[in-house]
Amino acid sequence: MSAPRIVVVGAGPAGVRAAQALVEAGVRPIVVDEGRRDGGQIYRRQPEGFTRTHALLYGSEAAKAQALHRDFDALRPHIDHRTETLAWNVTAGQLHTVHAPSGATATLDVDALIVCAGATDRLMPVPGWQHAGCYSLGAAQIALKAQACAIGSRVVFMGSGPLLYLVAAQYVKAGARVNAVLDTSSAMPTPAALRGLLQRPRLLWRGLALKASLRLAGVKLMNAVTPLQIDATPDGGVSAVVVRDAHGNERRFDCDAVALGWHLRAESQLADLARCEFAFEPLSRQWLPRIDACGRSSTAGVYLAGDGARLLGADGAEAAGRLAALAALHDLAHERGRTLFAAEQSALQRTLATMNGFREGLAQAFPWPHEHAAALPHDTVVCRCEAITAGELRRSVRELGSQEVNRSKAFSRVGMGRCQGRYCGHAAAEIVAAAASIPVEKIGRLRSQAPVKPLLMSAQEHE
Amino acid sequence: MSDTQHRSDVLIVGGGLMGTTTALFLRRHHGLSVTLLERELIGRQASGTNFGNVRRQGRDLAQIPLANRARAVWGRVNELLGEDLEFAPLGHLRVCYTEAQAAKLEQHVRDVQPLGLDLQMFSADALRKRWGIFSDAVVAGSLSPVDGHANPRLAGPAFGRAAQRAGAHIHEHSEVAHIERVGSEFVAHTVDGRQYRAAQLLVTTGAWSARFAQAFGEAVPLDARGPQMGVTEPLPYAIGPSIGVSTPIEEEGLYFRQIARGNIVFGGGLKGPALADAVRAYVKPDNTLRQLRELRRFVPAFANVQLIRVWSGIEGYTGDWVPVMGPSARVPGLHYAFGFNGEGFAISPGVGEVMAELIATGRTSTPIADFAIGRFAAAVQDQPITT
Amino acid sequence: MNKPLPGTGSGGRFVRLAETARPALRLVIDGAPATALEGDTLLVALLTNGRRVRTSEFGDGTRAGFCLMGACQDCWVWTEAGQRLRACSTAVTEGMAVRTTPPASLWPVTPEVVARERGEVFK
Repeated sequence: MSAPRIVVVGAGPAGVRAAQALVEAGVRPIVVDEGRRDGGQIYRRQPEGFTRTHALLYGSEAAKAQALHRDFDALRPHIDHRTETLAWNVTAGQLHTVHAPSGATATLDVDALIVCAGATDRLMPVPGWQHAGCYSLGAAQIALKAQACAIGSRVVFMGSGPLLYLVAAQYVKAGARVNAVLDTSSAMPTPAALRGLLQRPRLLWRGLALKASLRLAGVKLMNAVTPLQIDATPDGGVSAVVVRDAHGNERRFDCDAVALGWHLRAESQLADLARCEFAFEPLSRQWLPRIDACGRSSTAGVYLAGDGARLLGADGAEAAGRLAALAALHDLAHERGRTLFAAEQSALQRTLATMNGFREGLAQAFPWPHEHAAALPHDTVVCRCEAITAGELRRSVRELGSQEVNRSKAFSRVGMGRCQGRYCGHAAAEIVAAAASIPVEKIGRLRSQAPVKPLLMSAQEHE
Repeated sequence: MSDTQHRSDVLIVGGGLMGTTTALFLRRHHGLSVTLLERELIGRQASGTNFGNVRRQGRDLAQIPLANRARAVWGRVNELLGEDLEFAPLGHLRVCYTEAQAAKLEQHVRDVQPLGLDLQMFSADALRKRWGIFSDAVVAGSLSPVDGHANPRLAGPAFGRAAQRAGAHIHEHSEVAHIERVGSEFVAHTVDGRQYRAAQLLVTTGAWSARFAQAFGEAVPLDARGPQMGVTEPLPYAIGPSIGVSTPIEEEGLYFRQIARGNIVFGGGLKGPALADAVRAYVKPDNTLRQLRELRRFVPAFANVQLIRVWSGIEGYTGDWVPVMGPSARVPGLHYAFGFNGEGFAISPGVGEVMAELIATGRTSTPIADFAIGRFAAAVQDQPITT
Repeated sequence: MNKPLPGTGSGGRFVRLAETARPALRLVIDGAPATALEGDTLLVALLTNGRRVRTSEFGDGTRAGFCLMGACQDCWVWTEAGQRLRACSTAVTEGMAVRTTPPASLWPVTPEVVARERGEVFK
């Protein structure tokens, strides 16, 4: 096929490298992204007119960020870049988009769809987390990176994963006041975790250095905490974080902002709407779309790359994006694409295997504290959008007979809010599973329903 | 919901609203033993995915007595079930875009009045005074003041639980492979080899019913279609009645209702693909966009609202837009209640009372002769048999 | 340590740490004049001039954004004209006028509901 119609969704690391591979092969893809600028989240670009250097913004990743931005800028004349455009639905062979500012919709016929939708933070509810002043870890980072702001004047960071320390350290370096960094995982990784982490020794070293820099700055660091409560009032918002420490003592940290996060969850809604098969991954305890070693999903013509498919981080996303694009060209019998694919497939897969080993180490060293969900008090808000509590979720099981998470959604309204289950879905599954005494992998997963994100009802039909 | 009993007075196949309401009233009003077999989960199909209209106006006149009976049950449904089905009797309003259609609304007001339904006509000006949300395209409306809407996600399961508390044996995850008549009994065989027996059988399997009717020699032309539904973000509570456009043009026929929490549920216009065998139904993106256009057309304020979710379901449509309800024309003890053409929710409690009455006593005080399955027998050679 | 910087109202939630030498912009928030800096998102403008973005529909109080990446949908506000804006992904423009509560004129409560809430029957 000489001029295949290929659409890339997402202009983060995976999408950029996918587009680049396509352009190298002589194809002109459409690249759809919700943002005004490329870069995704980790390499989010600051607005025009900001002056901070790449080194200041991206630290150790500055060179990679710069390369990504520069390479995308070079791609622009060769791609159809549709900014502020949401892919709101997908049907067989067609992607449905809306240009948010104008409400103009389009239906794109696609020969191959490469979905690089990225990820969001993964959240475990904490009593009080619905109040003003509570943010995701990613939000805290975006405030700093993209707007040169701290989310508050006294910030507590809580959760687990490398991002916890990275963002906290970035805050300290930028002059914000960080009152504490509270990690729910234990201080000592298991041998298995260490083995994984040692697959990328430079990254492991950087992580340790970040922790050290925080300690040096006098920031209180704690491991093995159990979050108990975020103190807040409905009008004033957050005022403190209360945890139980490793010795069982209650500890309280004053703050006016909390940043919460336990690594990431894949944005898999488009894959779900494209009827891709999913499988439960025990290591990260989340459902992920099935992909083969090249990023092919179970739906013909749909390729998945980046954090939206496997949470390998930015480096993995770049490799996965390129590989998926080349695989798509191979599958479309594109001659140039096939040559590139044959030449690069093995090396790209080796890169991804290394990233995956590290990812496994991360998941073991910084586990998703699923057991916290079952222990949440009944009046804890689980669904922030709809103000649905853990107790109402448990009622869906114990009084209304639900044994499955979509049934619990139908009965309790969890997941029916504007965020469409992004921030409550994982915890809701754990709560329902615990209440039903069924393993979480058997309790189902919240099925995505279009639109992928809220669609303004001023959206116009197109011809 | 599991039980070891395998013989009862009545066997009901299909756990939507028609089946669960009948099960409840068989227990409560007639004391018969009941087993209900549901393929997956109670109330999950058309019963749970429909719009939630509890309306009497706009129905075929033959359905009004049944609808009146249902409305009486809706009025006490929370006490009946011990659960809140969010029934909001704040009116059902039909508006229209043309004087010709307004004349039809007026005729309908006259037609239903002797049947016990009192409607009120509104001019464009009167609509503006009372609601004020309609565009200038709307020329008239007709209000049924005590009709309204309820929550279909909750209704089927709530009726099922009430039936169970009343002593019905409700079995989910019990797909029926086939049903046979053995002597004077019906025997239903589930796919996993269980058998359930009863002297009387009721088929309430919605869009999947033609197969069972066909097995007893009664072919019914039945199509599966998918309602195209959507729901908005929560908005300040502003609108009481369920509201729809009355029009002969299918794609204009939108309707919406605001729930107490503030979200607006809408539906209408063209239907979408429903694959009964695969148990899947889809919302077509172009249908959604068209619906948004039609919604803006009749209530301009929708332009500033966000759609957050769409869904479909599998509804059964008979060839003649008339439901199938009542005794079999061929087999004593066999009964049907299916094919409600996308408007079964409102009348379901009435269907349950009537079918329970019919099964228990052999007759019912509510006229349902027009819905007899026998009407297809004469035409069966000309119709393709669908399952 | 966190002295007020241009564009940071004394009642603000977010704290500006750098990039403060940007041209100032004027906007209107809930009818009151406010300032922001060119390149600010509307969310940053709201949270440097005040401490909330909106109020939860379900009684649990004020909200001030959550994810800042267009995923949580917890920062939608309105222009005076009723247009919906997602604050974290909308750039502030000069003269922008926004509301953090739904403008009553755009989704007016129907007279019938008003009457019912007063315990009256309509007409």
